[in-house]
Amino acid sequence: MEVEEERLTAATFEELAMPLFDQLYNFAQWLTQDRTEAEDLVQETYVKALRGFSSFQPGTNFRAWIYRILRNTFLTSRTGLKASATVPLDADDGPDIPAVAGTPETILIKRSQQEILQRAIEELPLHFREILLLCEVEEMSYQEIAEALSIPIGTVMSRLSRARKALRDNLRQKLHGR
Amino acid sequence: MADDFTAKLDIYLDGELPADEMKALDIHLRSCPSCAADILSRVQLKRAMQSAGKRYSPRPEFRQRIQRKIAARPRFSLGRVWLTATAAVAVLVVAGLVTTYIGRQRLERELAFSEVADLHVVALASPNPVDVVSTDRHTVKPWFQGKIPFTFNLPELQNTEFSLVGGRVTYLGQAPGAQLIYQVRKHQISVFIFQDHVVSPALRSNSGPLKHVSFNLQSWSEGGLRYVVIGDASPDDIGKLAELLKTEARS
Repeated sequence: MEVEEERLTAATFEELAMPLFDQLYNFAQWLTQDRTEAEDLVQETYVKALRGFSSFQPGTNFRAWIYRILRNTFLTSRTGLKASATVPLDADDGPDIPAVAGTPETILIKRSQQEILQRAIEELPLHFREILLLCEVEEMSYQEIAEALSIPIGTVMSRLSRARKALRDNLRQKLHGR
Repeated sequence: MADDFTAKLDIYLDGELPADEMKALDIHLRSCPSCAADILSRVQLKRAMQSAGKRYSPRPEFRQRIQRKIAARPRFSLGRVWLTATAAVAVLVVAGLVTTYIGRQRLERELAFSEVADLHVVALASPNPVDVVSTDRHTVKPWFQGKIPFTFNLPELQNTEFSLVGGRVTYLGQAPGAQLIYQVRKHQISVFIFQDHVVSPALRSNSGPLKHVSFNLQSWSEGGLRYVVIGDASPDDIGKLAELLKTEARS
């Protein structure tokens, strides 16, 4: 009976976790910036998640739960420790400026310079990079992001706002050299 | 005023603004060109990020590795798994073979009966359906001597609705045989007689009343000969003529 339960648990886990495989991997490589490290990170995440699956509350957000495992695993890795050395100061650092100033985004689209944008994302500090990816690429709600990063929703909003500003500044610099 | 909105534009685009603020911003955007231009450029960046962010794909072998690692494994003994799998495969193979065999047999039989039906139709369509014209069985039977490599008996038709029209030599699968044409009321019925071992195996199975492209037919084997009765008469008439032929052949 216990064995059967275990098998059912593994089947449910597989059903929930495998559809997220590609996106978890993409996120992992954005964090680690290295294929081998990303594979190790994803593998460890899946093993930990399966082992801890009994603690997952059915009906709650599985995606946010497994992203949290991945991120926590990354933060304790060598690369993660180094990257997170830049502690985020979730303080307001000035008013948001209109995105049209200098219109780096428009120029970017016109030139179709996806690589420049990818480089700009890469260069962002870890806490900005991850929140932007979760919001824009994974299209997570603020609530999901809060769960995945274990931070309050207010912090999600302010950090996102600063991450976007940092990205725009970086782009502006890349495109205009200022 | 616009500054208040500027701070909220990204939250608006993320779909996270409360409904009333969402509505207020909607209205504002229609009347503020600077915010409208601002939001357009934010949308462009958002879209560009969505595609630029999907940058890395896992290697297929890595996916397989993880899949294997977490796969829900049934916990039977290996022997039982093999037994179950082998049995399942065997059932599938047998079912497949049986289905294919039955399907092929049916197709071959259809083709064989189609040929017989063609012979019947061709004879009736000919201006001379029979080469020996006689209602007398004792005239028709000897006519076949030397023309076909076997002989047969024809039934006495007195006191029946059937009458013999005549006969001709025919060929089925390059084997010669006899075609006899009988009449019942206005229907003409062909009786084909071949050596059983030379006809297509598909024709060799005995069949009760059958319908093939609207013709009724019966087929059986008696004394090494294969008989096929076919015509547009009712199954009952076909059956009666078949019985007469069977009785005569046994006598």
